Amino acid sequence: MFLQTLITGLSIGGIYALMAVGYSLVFSVLNFSNFAHGAVIMLGAYVGLALATKLNFGFGLVLAGSVAGAGIIAVLNEKLAYSSLRRRKAPSLYLMISAMGCAVFLENLVYATIGSRFYAFPEFFGRQVVTIFGSSVSLLDVGAFIFALIAILGLHLFINRTRTGTAIRAGVCDMTMCSLMGVDLNRLIAIVFLLAGAFAGVAGVFLGIKYLVYPTMGWVTNKAYIAAVIGGLGSLPGALAGGLILGVVETFVSTYISSVLRDVFSFTLLIAFLVWRPNGLMGIDSEEKV
Amino acid sequence: MDYILSIVILACINMIAVLGLSIFTGFTGLFSLGHAAFVGVGAYTSAILTYYYSVPFPLALAAGAAAAGAVSLVIGIPTLRAKLRSDYFAIAILGFGEALRVILENLEITNGARGLPGIDSFTTLPVVLLCLAAGVLVARNFLRSRWGVACIAIREDPIAAEMAGVRLFQTRLLSLVVSAVYCGLSGGLLAHFLSFIQPVMFTLLQSTQLLAAVIAGGMGSITGPLIASFVFIALPEALRVAQMWRLVAYGLLLVLIMVYRPQGLMGYSELSSLWRRKVPEPGRRQP
Repeated sequence: MFLQTLITGLSIGGIYALMAVGYSLVFSVLNFSNFAHGAVIMLGAYVGLALATKLNFGFGLVLAGSVAGAGIIAVLNEKLAYSSLRRRKAPSLYLMISAMGCAVFLENLVYATIGSRFYAFPEFFGRQVVTIFGSSVSLLDVGAFIFALIAILGLHLFINRTRTGTAIRAGVCDMTMCSLMGVDLNRLIAIVFLLAGAFAGVAGVFLGIKYLVYPTMGWVTNKAYIAAVIGGLGSLPGALAGGLILGVVETFVSTYISSVLRDVFSFTLLIAFLVWRPNGLMGIDSEEKV
Repeated sequence: MDYILSIVILACINMIAVLGLSIFTGFTGLFSLGHAAFVGVGAYTSAILTYYYSVPFPLALAAGAAAAGAVSLVIGIPTLRAKLRSDYFAIAILGFGEALRVILENLEITNGARGLPGIDSFTTLPVVLLCLAAGVLVARNFLRSRWGVACIAIREDPIAAEMAGVRLFQTRLLSLVVSAVYCGLSGGLLAHFLSFIQPVMFTLLQSTQLLAAVIAGGMGSITGPLIASFVFIALPEALRVAQMWRLVAYGLLLVLIMVYRPQGLMGYSELSSLWRRKVPEPGRRQP
């Protein structure tokens, strides 16, 4: 029972981590919470769904299509809703409100056009079950967890080993200086949003397969946000750790204490972290500067 | 006629909540994505009091407002004392609002997610107008008081304000409690107007709508947000636009305002100043 709960928690935590990475990436560069990330995840899931049901694509193609779709949507989102604010150096709260507006806009646009119906992905994995240490886990859960680990590791390597990655890290430290050194900021930020969107696409497909696809599914990213805060906003290893911790802790709370109190518990954890440890476990310094 | 009357009442109830949030966001400069929860606390407290204990309506309204104020202390004391970054604060209060909703959905006395039906409908137009007028008067006097001026100073520059002797924590907390009391009052009126309340009526979406009205109406203005909230409620009803497209428009409007006119409809000015002398904009820091 204990092991079963732990593994279920880890697999949910993997999806939280995928979502939290997108949040954290944008936060580390632009220093605001991108509430529209949930909407991008939702749209990514719809793109994947359309490819899977209308065109009968296999899992790999669905994932690729959804990654591309969500990436493009995220970049467009930045160009239309954030870029002019960013150039004006508006306070980060303006960006946050704009992001909130995007989330409300996109979600209700889907409501108004596609409708509030719940859609299910075709069964890619069937109901296959693998046995680990005597406890049975669905193949999807294991796959999601492993895929999340690989994807986040890949992103980590990209950021630490490539030229573009170096530019992103420079931008995190000091935007102005970075641009003086000849980095094209617009391009850099577009890449950051493309990466965040790509992760949103992956998360959307896994969420859609595990649960269902519906317009408000993006609100699960509240959890991703909590995960990012626990790990430390702006830190990739932090996002991974925070996602896994939150997934495991939540599963334990709902198994051993009460499934109703799970969300109350998560939000309390969020507030506790914000109050006592706003930089999370591995976050960068985030004091409001004079 | 009844239909128009009910739209007007609904808009006025919403205006009271927006007025509260305007004090907190527009004048103190802190953003909240959780004020709908305070509306919910007010609604449930007053409804439970009249429904189960047949407490007189005005008393129940006052109790609802007081309860909302008290609940706001629970989140306000730790987060405001910790001097969170303003966007962290908005998220902390968002989490608080969502947690509160989950609790409302699982309590026995609130009848859970099914909602509380059959509340007596005491809220009439004169009652609402009286509350709104009193609310505007109190807000105006509050903002002209020592405390109100301190709030505005904090909005303009928290560090300079603190150096000038304004107590950041106490002033912000007071502003939060005042705004929560307004929201609680609005909730009590709402419950006794619709005669049915449900936890899902007080979610993040409603918080966003309140915030949208404040931002669209203009920061640092009382009349601006009031006009905006009236337009937000009345216009879609009058035009009979589908509920969904209204929300699509809300979202779009928030983005457009942030991009093109972040000061909102009446930023830093009042309706009355349009035909009086032109009030110079307070010294806003250049970006």
